[in-house]
Amino acid sequence: MTRRQAFATNWQGRAALIALALYCVYAAAQLDISWARIAVGLGEGARFLGRMWPPNFERWDTLVEGLVESLQIAVLASALGILISLPLSLLAARNLSPWWISGPARAFIALCRSLHYVIVAILFVKAVGFGALAGVAALTVASMGFIAKLFAEAIEEISMKQVEAVRATGAGRLAVLLYGVLPQVASRFVGFCIYQLDSNLRNSTLVGIVGAGGIGGTLFAAFKRFDYDFVAAILLSIIAMIFLAEVISGRVRKALQ
Amino acid sequence: MSAALEREWSRFTPAQRIGRWFLWLGLVAACVWALRTIEIIPEFLADAPEQMADLLVRMWPPDLSHYQGGVHDALIETLHIATLGTVLSFTMAVPLALLAARNVCRVPPLNALANLCLVASRSVNSLVWALLFVAVFGPGALAGVLAIAFRSVGFVGKLLAEAIEETPRGPMEAMDAVGAPWGHRMLKGLWPQVQPAFWGVALFRWDINVRESAVLGLVGAGGIGVALDDAINFFHWDRVATILLAILVVVLVAEVIVTRLRKRLI
Repeated sequence: MTRRQAFATNWQGRAALIALALYCVYAAAQLDISWARIAVGLGEGARFLGRMWPPNFERWDTLVEGLVESLQIAVLASALGILISLPLSLLAARNLSPWWISGPARAFIALCRSLHYVIVAILFVKAVGFGALAGVAALTVASMGFIAKLFAEAIEEISMKQVEAVRATGAGRLAVLLYGVLPQVASRFVGFCIYQLDSNLRNSTLVGIVGAGGIGGTLFAAFKRFDYDFVAAILLSIIAMIFLAEVISGRVRKALQ
Repeated sequence: MSAALEREWSRFTPAQRIGRWFLWLGLVAACVWALRTIEIIPEFLADAPEQMADLLVRMWPPDLSHYQGGVHDALIETLHIATLGTVLSFTMAVPLALLAARNVCRVPPLNALANLCLVASRSVNSLVWALLFVAVFGPGALAGVLAIAFRSVGFVGKLLAEAIEETPRGPMEAMDAVGAPWGHRMLKGLWPQVQPAFWGVALFRWDINVRESAVLGLVGAGGIGVALDDAINFFHWDRVATILLAILVVVLVAEVIVTRLRKRLI
């Protein structure tokens, strides 16, 4: 008599796990990752941390200037992105637009989302020159990809009865949108916008790495000069700013609900 | 009688209404302030459309012959970085998630410590992690893998901890009652319940990491970003177009794969 097993052995799962482990070993070899390198790196890491400490806030005026510029980039990119996303998502919503409008609009939104914002920032830097303008443009594109997609999905979930009711009163197209569609999605829309402002603030601290303005440029320059104590100061202030922004946006979200 | 019927319904109290007005005012003021003080050079703005058109003309047609020589290997490297980084992040995130979940680890200081690690990981962007690791390990794919892993830990750990906290206590208690050791309780009591969430998070994060690992090369952390950076620095715009197309295709394919796998696994 064989012993009954409470849990059947999952051979498929085990095979998949072994395959994954083999892949990891293969990929690590391909990428030239070895224990020796990691061991050397750990020693370097200790030295690196030693040079970062204590953070050097001496050049606080440069620091504040960069942070303020990042904040401005985030605000402008969010405002522009939201303004463009509104009509774009109405065009992309399949229950409001015919397929030959919603299809291309959706493709455009997907294109905005598929390239990383730093890559988009590089392109804008080459096209419009160094500075905050390129950062604003890049983050606007990223915001469009995010807000317009989510907003279009929210519009597709609305109840058409209210829209029909407004239409039945003989209202024009704009009035239908204003009184039939928007009230149903407004609160979710505000939520997306606040979230996007938050993530734009995070991202705006980075676009400077490719020359698109903000604190990222200061950070990258300090890195290249091996000014690691200044780097630590910049990183700490970025984290502090993002944390503060999260607290404020949490408050605002509550106030608006 | 009639006075009572004439009550007017309003959605917000006067204080709320004033608060909302101030909020809107603040938003508009912030936009105006940003627009007036940000350094935007008018000449740059004026010829932006012209420059964009010029850029696109230089990019067209893409130099597809460059793909075999300079893009393919970098692209594969990027995929390796994304996958290895995701796997590594999970090996770090699972213990942290178990520590952070209040129904598995009942020591509040440990919960707080694990949560602190997760928040710290999330608040630093992957490009910044990459900068740090390039400084430590030197340029190359190793820094990229570690950057992806350290950035993902916070995201993955948070979602896993939430999934673990939401599991019903029944199965774990039943196994506890029959005297099953800790490992068995985790493997047979907890794991089957969080498995769908686990695969969902893994696929979602891998998809994000494929996108993120494409830019790590800009700060020297390996992958297709290095090829992109080189092509841009040498003004080979037709090659840039090829690389961008390759990234676009990989990102789209990754999305399709993730959607398919998600349907099968969950």
